[in-house]
Amino acid sequence: MAIGGVLGVVGVGTSLGGGSETSLSVPWFLPWGRFAVGIDALAAVFLVPVFIVPVLGSIYGLGYWSQPEHPDNGRRLGVSYGLLAGSMALVVIARDGALFLIAWEVMALAAYFAATAEEHENADVRRAGWVYLIATHIGTLCLLAMFALWRSETGSFALAPALVMSSEVAGTIFVLGLIGFGCKAGLMPLHVWLPGAHANAPSHVSAVMSGVMLKMGIYGIVRITALLPVGPTWWGGVLLAVGAVTGVAGIAYAIGQHDIKRLLAYSSIENVGIIAMGLGLALLGRAQGRGDLVLLGLAGALLHVWNHSLFKSLLFFNAGAIIHATHTREMDRMGGLAKRMPWCAALFAVGAVAICALPPLNGFASEWLMYVGLFRSLSSGGEVAMAAVALATIGALAVACFVQVLGTVYLGEPRSDAGDHAYDPQASMIGPMVVLACGCAAVGVFPMMAAPLLERATQDWMDLSGPVPAIEALAPLRWITVMGLSFVGLIGAAVLAWKMLSRSRTIGTTGTWDCGYAQPTARMQYTGSSFGDTLVGLFAFILWPKKYWPEVRGVLARRSRFRSVVPDAILDRLVVPAFDLVGKYLPRLRMLQQGQTQVYVLYVLAIVIVLYMWGAIGA
Amino acid sequence: MLERLIYIALLLIMPPLLLGIINRTKARFAGRTGQPLFQLYYDLAKLMRKGLVLSNTTTWVFIAGPVVTLVTVVLAGLLVPAGPFASPISFTGDLILFAYLFGLARFFTTAAALDTGSAFEGMGSAREVTFACLSEPAMFFALLVLAKVSGTLTLSEMLHGPAGGFPASAVAPLVFIAIGLFVVLLAETCRIPVDDPNTHLELTMIHEVMVLDHSGPLLGVILYAASLKMFVLGAVLLHVIVPIQTGMAWADWALFVIEMGALAVAIGVVESVMARLQMRHVPYLLVAAMLLCGFGFILVVR
Repeated sequence: MAIGGVLGVVGVGTSLGGGSETSLSVPWFLPWGRFAVGIDALAAVFLVPVFIVPVLGSIYGLGYWSQPEHPDNGRRLGVSYGLLAGSMALVVIARDGALFLIAWEVMALAAYFAATAEEHENADVRRAGWVYLIATHIGTLCLLAMFALWRSETGSFALAPALVMSSEVAGTIFVLGLIGFGCKAGLMPLHVWLPGAHANAPSHVSAVMSGVMLKMGIYGIVRITALLPVGPTWWGGVLLAVGAVTGVAGIAYAIGQHDIKRLLAYSSIENVGIIAMGLGLALLGRAQGRGDLVLLGLAGALLHVWNHSLFKSLLFFNAGAIIHATHTREMDRMGGLAKRMPWCAALFAVGAVAICALPPLNGFASEWLMYVGLFRSLSSGGEVAMAAVALATIGALAVACFVQVLGTVYLGEPRSDAGDHAYDPQASMIGPMVVLACGCAAVGVFPMMAAPLLERATQDWMDLSGPVPAIEALAPLRWITVMGLSFVGLIGAAVLAWKMLSRSRTIGTTGTWDCGYAQPTARMQYTGSSFGDTLVGLFAFILWPKKYWPEVRGVLARRSRFRSVVPDAILDRLVVPAFDLVGKYLPRLRMLQQGQTQVYVLYVLAIVIVLYMWGAIGA
Repeated sequence: MLERLIYIALLLIMPPLLLGIINRTKARFAGRTGQPLFQLYYDLAKLMRKGLVLSNTTTWVFIAGPVVTLVTVVLAGLLVPAGPFASPISFTGDLILFAYLFGLARFFTTAAALDTGSAFEGMGSAREVTFACLSEPAMFFALLVLAKVSGTLTLSEMLHGPAGGFPASAVAPLVFIAIGLFVVLLAETCRIPVDDPNTHLELTMIHEVMVLDHSGPLLGVILYAASLKMFVLGAVLLHVIVPIQTGMAWADWALFVIEMGALAVAIGVVESVMARLQMRHVPYLLVAAMLLCGFGFILVVR
């Protein structure tokens, strides 16, 4: 796996170093399409996480899911995990619709088998797996329709830019692509499969699914919009609006969660929303002929694809380490782990600051590009720039969300005995996290390293007429470096000053003051749920939280419990009831299916005759 | 160069005076003589000499809170221009960094509060992050208005307005965002009616309750950083309220210092004549600020 990853990264580097697009196209055994693969800067951007994250995940998995500890499913996980990584690379380089769909389907199924490795032991895993399987195939269905339309319009499955296309057909292809790819990426309201599947999968699989596989949906949207002719402004508007809703609702749901991996999954939805906002800005810029908006929007979105794959994998690895140590996913049962797992605590803090898009880490660099783009759109009307306010709200909510996780899991006192035997995991689990954290810092402080690739990817996405603007000219990334370095320098100086100062002072230690209360217990601490309660209340109109109040009667009330949950409004209130309804009425159709081959052949004959007659009448 | 040095000196030295002025104003309203104007300087000097007590529960995050806050607020201060002078650091898109530096400070302040494991401090940090979710959109609407009116993306040029001053059509939106920004300033610096810095009831506080366990030099750093934050946000607000300049450098510096003092008096007056809002009513005030800034934005793009 590691060798494959290194080879892949080197390959991407050399193919881009050559300058021209590398491609290969040979006919194959299937009646449709060709085996056509190619790599351009756009594909290269998405290939980098495909080659990095799964490799780190496999190293992490050595400790997290070791073969001797999981004799039943270790082999199944290994095979499907490798297939998942390989098929994602094929999805990105495929230059033919049929090949793309095959790779896409292999990816979807491999992800299913990897995510449900524990299905024999756990019913939740099974259920999440089914939801995923159904959702992903609904998406694939849209993609089938999209590629069929593409073929009938352009005459082949080849994924080459279509120069002329009627606007209705192009619009239909865009919408089908948005639904099909949006299902995989987790755009709301198509995200239903995502929280369950991410929460129940082994942590390194969650990291790959969230950090890389969701980006395949993004890649699909990027690629299909690159191939379509320049569309009307509503494409960009729709994507921007969907992105803003996805972002705000995603992070609001995240705040309401008690399960650390579900929370991270919802935060992935939020980040996909942010990426979609960047793409929407780029599409709007393309429709309006504004090269600066295209460049800033697309560069911001693509850089955020990298960034999210870095910090989200880091956080999922970290969550895995926590679960390994405490054997629970309930955050409100944790607490005080920073003392027992200092390495993990520091790494989590890095990931949390990065995911909140705070300087000087990488999330800020990509969001900053989008912000500059959104503010620049002010020069032609102000509607688009409103998205900057949505982005700011997402940022503030993300800070609330991740302070909640950091505080509940790592800080304070242990809330239960779950963390009694917690300790930092072995080096093979810490190592990948350290690599990812260093990546976050590197991209955060030196974002201009990525600028040439992003500019070339923008060039691939849309031929900008006239001279290519440089990102540096629109948004001076070198200042991000200057500010990042001065921040690090000042912090270093402050830490040094603190060290000198604390040497000459008497430092007493005692219990937390707690306003004079002498006997505080760990259970009196603010829990994650109470921390987020006001915000959940403010967003009750989209979250619909459920609270189960205890019944308190009499002077000496009986022992009782309070419980609050934030179920997924779309899945639990819309999709599941709808499927229940279908399940109730559609079984009547089963009378058609009684297992006799002769009857089935009769059906076929009848349908062929009907079609034949229909064709005859039509002619 | 000289301007930058003067500004950095003012930025680092003047902030504690603002709290002295506010306290003096409040004392006058209450018919008392009040503390000396330079009380906070004395307090800081005393705190920096003291030892400190740490809770057994805390980790490095507890110390990172004040340290990171101080560094971020100083960096944010370097992005803001004083009077007609350019800010020490200015580049396209620095306004985003300005807003996000405060986010970074908030992250570590609230995390440090949770590090103590006390329910009171948990409450404080929960309130802080919750209210920030409402003041952040207000802040960004205000920044959008300023960017639209001035047509630039650097904080320095934005606050100075276009050459020849703000156009007449921008007056109404600027008034709207000035009120909105004032509310944000009160909320972010934890003044009445959002928070009461002098209260002794831990249940009702936001900022003070988050720093209950910090003592000695750490508390000094926190108090100093809080006053710096007020200075920085105040400098932004002053550009919107009084875009006046004399053209003579020394007079402009004097004017800036006087304006800043007047702002502190205004905050003192607000604190004296108003009662603190009930905690559950604070979101309404912040939403009102957001609406004002939002309407300001709509006025400017219509």
